[in-house]
Amino acid sequence: MSAPHVLVHEKKDTVGVVVVEGLKGGTDMLCVVTVDNSSFNLPAKMDVPIGHKVALTDIKAGDTVWKYGQDIGKAIAAVAKGEHVHVHNVKTKRW
Amino acid sequence: MAGNQNLKFKGWRRENGRVGVRNHVVILPLDDLSNAACEAVANNVKGTLALPHAYGRLQFGEDLELHFRTLIGTGSNPNVAAVVVIGIEDQWTNRVVEGIAKTGKPVTGFGIEGTGDIMTIAKASRVAKDYVQWASEQQREECDISDLWVSTKCGESDTTTGLSSCPTVGNMYDKLIPQGIYGVFGETSEITGAEHLCKARAASPEVGEKWYKIWKAYQDDVIEAHKTDDLSDSQPTKGNIAGGLTTIEEKALGNLEKIGRECKFIDALIPAEAPAKGPGLYYMDTSSAAAECITLMAAAGYVVHTFPTGQGNVIGNPIVPVIKISGNPRTVRTMSEHIDLDVSGILRRDLTIPQAGDALIDMITRTANGRLTAAEALGHREFVMTKLYRSA
Repeated sequence: MSAPHVLVHEKKDTVGVVVVEGLKGGTDMLCVVTVDNSSFNLPAKMDVPIGHKVALTDIKAGDTVWKYGQDIGKAIAAVAKGEHVHVHNVKTKRW
Repeated sequence: MAGNQNLKFKGWRRENGRVGVRNHVVILPLDDLSNAACEAVANNVKGTLALPHAYGRLQFGEDLELHFRTLIGTGSNPNVAAVVVIGIEDQWTNRVVEGIAKTGKPVTGFGIEGTGDIMTIAKASRVAKDYVQWASEQQREECDISDLWVSTKCGESDTTTGLSSCPTVGNMYDKLIPQGIYGVFGETSEITGAEHLCKARAASPEVGEKWYKIWKAYQDDVIEAHKTDDLSDSQPTKGNIAGGLTTIEEKALGNLEKIGRECKFIDALIPAEAPAKGPGLYYMDTSSAAAECITLMAAAGYVVHTFPTGQGNVIGNPIVPVIKISGNPRTVRTMSEHIDLDVSGILRRDLTIPQAGDALIDMITRTANGRLTAAEALGHREFVMTKLYRSA
């Protein structure tokens, strides 16, 4: 298998991690789910730095965001599939 | 893995039976006022190591107990062959000396009051010279892997630590804890978001409750009491956010990958408390700040530290070798001099986590046998006492 652009922890996750440097918008990203080595492709909507997350599905404001199969916070703005997910659109539910 | 059975390393077996992987002679200040004398002794006597720190005056209650526990534990660590303690007053100095003496190792204390720095330095230097020459003749002997105590704490985390370097440490624990080593993890604030998973990894409901009380007390007594709005300005840190971590929950879930898939923790320790329930994995109540956390784990008797990093933390410790593991390809390229083990192949899917765990076990035994870590070679000796509250 060629090296993936995105790694996803669990099937349930709604975000994945970009694991290559200099990812450009428009790239047809190879996404690998680490728990079972399954894969799928997803077009990147924008440039995303290594280590940052992309949405694997359309996420509405208020939706819980899932990673590691767990709740990592809530969307504070709508995020389209293939877009950058970070502090501008996701926040902790605590504190 | 068959290759991980019957692992041996060469270490120094100390008077109390514990095994060290370094052979330091430490010049230990009781308090901030005694740093200058300790540094002068370490300058006079080559091969000794002064551990200057900021505290030790007018502390009281549990904060003072933690101060003594940390100093006595540091001197008692099996990576230390012998200790000279210097303090402003005799009484507290002697308390540290007597604590360290319980290990059976050579230790002598000096009080500065009524003597002055210069005479104290002269007397202490003679003892330090005897100790360092004695220590230089102590020999390493072959030891079973079960004699090794291995701690962990990650730093400058990013999303790659949860994918690669933290599960590498977890895989190592899953393989070595069943072989009888002692392990420890901590970072109370950074379990927030994964507390339900952490509690479930306790070996019994009682240990789980004990752990949960510690975690909850931190939430209530520290965060709720002192926060200005929320912890968003420090948890995740600016470095974490630059690396792609968005929330404390996401950070915590990656952090907890360090304890692997199978092992359960058998006790929840207070800061710098030595584990007393036999071999296994322990939790310790610590800050998530790297230098404070590793100082506490070293004071509890751990002799090798494994440190996953994403964005590139440069931390070291004066008495414990700190092994840095990174899976971030940019960090292993731009900060290569700080990284002992490159596991970036996990992100490319050309290295599996079990293979990375084996590579870490190999690096741990090489380090135990004497290989200098990047932090040791670069002179990183961060020694930071944990302070619970303002002194009197």
